[in-house]
Amino acid sequence: MSIPLGHYLILSGILFAIGLCGALTRKNAIIVLIAIEVMFNAGILNLIAFWHYKQFAVLTAQMFAIFAISIAAAESAVGLALVIAIYRHYRSVDVEEMKSLKG
Amino acid sequence: MKRLNAQRSTLNVRRSTFNELKERMEHLQQLARQQWLIPFFPLLAAAIQSLLKREQRKVSAGLAIGALSLSCFVALRAFWGTMGGGHGGEHHEVERAIWNFTWLKYGDNGSLDMGFILDPLTAGMAAMVAFVGLMIFINATGYMAEDENFTRFFCFMSLFAAAMLGLVVANNLLLFFICWELVGLCSYLLIGFWHFKPSASAAMKKAFITTRIGDIGFFLGVLTLYWQTGTLNLYDHGRGALEQADKLAQIGGWWIFSMAGLIAVLLFFGAMGKSAQFPLHVWLPDAMEGPTPVSALIHAATMVAAGVFMVGRMFPLFTAGAVGGSTPALDFMMWIGCFTAVFSATIAVGQFDIKRVLAYSTCSQLGYMVMALGAGGLVAGQFHLLTHAFFKALLFLGAGSVIIGTHHEQDMRKMGGLRKYMPITFACYMVGMLALSGVPPFAGFFSKDEVLLVTYHRSKLAWGLATFAAFLTAFYMTRQICMVFFGKWRGGEREQEHEKEHEEKHEHEEDGHGHGDHEPHEIPWNMWMPIAVLSVFAVVLGFFATPFIGGNLFHRYVAPEEHMPEGGTGTVMVLSIAVGALGILFGYLIYGRKPMEHADEPDPLAKPLGGLFTCLNRKWYIDELYEATIIRLTMACGVLFRLIDELVIDGILHTIVWLTKVISQFFHWVGDEFFINGGFDTACESVRDSGGLLSRLQNGRVQNYFRVLSIGAAVLLVLYFLKLNP
Repeated sequence: MSIPLGHYLILSGILFAIGLCGALTRKNAIIVLIAIEVMFNAGILNLIAFWHYKQFAVLTAQMFAIFAISIAAAESAVGLALVIAIYRHYRSVDVEEMKSLKG
Repeated sequence: MKRLNAQRSTLNVRRSTFNELKERMEHLQQLARQQWLIPFFPLLAAAIQSLLKREQRKVSAGLAIGALSLSCFVALRAFWGTMGGGHGGEHHEVERAIWNFTWLKYGDNGSLDMGFILDPLTAGMAAMVAFVGLMIFINATGYMAEDENFTRFFCFMSLFAAAMLGLVVANNLLLFFICWELVGLCSYLLIGFWHFKPSASAAMKKAFITTRIGDIGFFLGVLTLYWQTGTLNLYDHGRGALEQADKLAQIGGWWIFSMAGLIAVLLFFGAMGKSAQFPLHVWLPDAMEGPTPVSALIHAATMVAAGVFMVGRMFPLFTAGAVGGSTPALDFMMWIGCFTAVFSATIAVGQFDIKRVLAYSTCSQLGYMVMALGAGGLVAGQFHLLTHAFFKALLFLGAGSVIIGTHHEQDMRKMGGLRKYMPITFACYMVGMLALSGVPPFAGFFSKDEVLLVTYHRSKLAWGLATFAAFLTAFYMTRQICMVFFGKWRGGEREQEHEKEHEEKHEHEEDGHGHGDHEPHEIPWNMWMPIAVLSVFAVVLGFFATPFIGGNLFHRYVAPEEHMPEGGTGTVMVLSIAVGALGILFGYLIYGRKPMEHADEPDPLAKPLGGLFTCLNRKWYIDELYEATIIRLTMACGVLFRLIDELVIDGILHTIVWLTKVISQFFHWVGDEFFINGGFDTACESVRDSGGLLSRLQNGRVQNYFRVLSIGAAVLLVLYFLKLNP
């Protein structure tokens, strides 16, 4: 018995929606980061699901996924470092207060 | 057989003379091609001198004298080359060599030529100008020795010599006119050489403007000639302007003048200005404000003679179409000359300035030359020009010596007794005076006699007047000699007053030739040497036009085709000698027998002549007359034109300006303010507003951006599905 492709895609969609909701609504910068990671992983899951049902013979998608995961790790490290730097500067991690990019 | 031989031998003789003539013409041609060198050397010198520093006095004088010596050499060589013509017996043609070249091309086949000429007239004049000029240059090194602008002086003098020599050798009216104006310019510069004197700067302007009035006529003449003949070359192997004179005489000109006569009269206006003929003579006496060598060179020997020379050069135009040896143009010229001769001579009697006497005498003598030319006597006019140049230059240089010797005194009343102090100057001055007075055997006698003779044959009245002028000439020259050289030294009176002052001044001065004592002194050698040379010429030059050696050499040399009238020689000569002697006698009786005792004594003539003498002294009030008429008229015209300018022209202009302002104001309000500014401002405001509106989107909240992004993505997604499933 095998799980059809649709289920994977629905899971991926739910994960992405959860991540998006988190990124759009939460005020804490760290939570926003976590939400972005969730969306990332939704994307990767999508990728792997498509690979599994369409292009099983080649390993390109797997390599892509591994790349994406490692880059996401690096990205979150950089993101956290930025959040720490912002915290040191503003004494806060509230994204609503960070308005210095205003035009 | 014998006859045949004889024929052959005559044929051989003819052939040999023919070959000789051909060789001679080739030689002349070669000389003509070198004529340009004559003005070139002084021109080059002037160019170099203009770059010299003020301290390089010796270089400047050396250059001027060196360059003019070279010119003099070339001119004398050309002169020598033209002599000895006349193989063809009594009435041979004048030998004339020319060298023309194209100077400037314009259009398809138009061109302006330049050219140089070598004929007896030019050769004699060039030799005279270069030689007299050289003598005057040498004299000027002494006269100007203490002037601080010595270098500039010689630069101008060299430029003048170049222009004058260029004028003499020109075979083209354009070149002639350029040089003609250049000598005028140099005259202007040199009269005003001491421009810090107000009188000198006024005199320079007067000279320039007065001669310019004549030059307008001259220029019109040149233009008319060009219009009629299409060439400005004087001689050009049959195509030259002067060679077409007879053709021009057939064309009607204006009033009594034929076309040739009209051109001639227009050209003569130029000569009236340059040669100081009445009524344009007024500038010449004032020109005496310049340094004395300038007066000698420019205003006695050369430039003022340029007018006479020009008439001589253009003589074919004057004589073209002559009826009985006379044309209206010639008559006009003769009467102008005659009147000037008498008129100026009377003024000279009443003058006290040593140089002004000579200036009026120059006017008078130029009148003689013009009169001779007007009577058809080209030879007589040109000969008087040459001799006069020598003895008048001599007199001016003598006057310059007197002025230097008496420490810059020009008033004859404050001189006297200089015979003892300046013997060399006195001797030379006497020679000049006797020559000018027409005492045989000095040069002036012969030339003046020729002038009187040709006039005698044309008009007895003119001859009578000219003879009277000769009497006046002898009289005023004797008066001058008596006042300056005889009697006792009267200059001391003035000096005694300032004696103390002077002594104080001179104590500290290094003094070369005894300024310390107030007595006059003899001049240095470099000043009297040229004067002495000139006086030799003033004695011997006359013999070239006498029947004594070879039957009037000068006549055969300059114009062999000119017919010399017969008869009357004795009458004219005897009368001329008689009036000369009478003039000297009267002069001696009035001024010499009982010389003036004090400088402030009135002139012995003042009492018997009364108002007439004042009239003479004030130069017949000609200056005042011009002041009252022409200058006043010009001023009135000026005021009138200013009024017209202010009322009419300015009125029109102001109306136009006002209208323009109104129209522009209208456009300012309607167009600019309303449309342009309004539109522009609105556009700007809307841009600013929309910018402000849009800038609200960029509020710096990253989450906001993200929200917008998400909504956008969602919208795109919906659109995608809608398109996928319609």
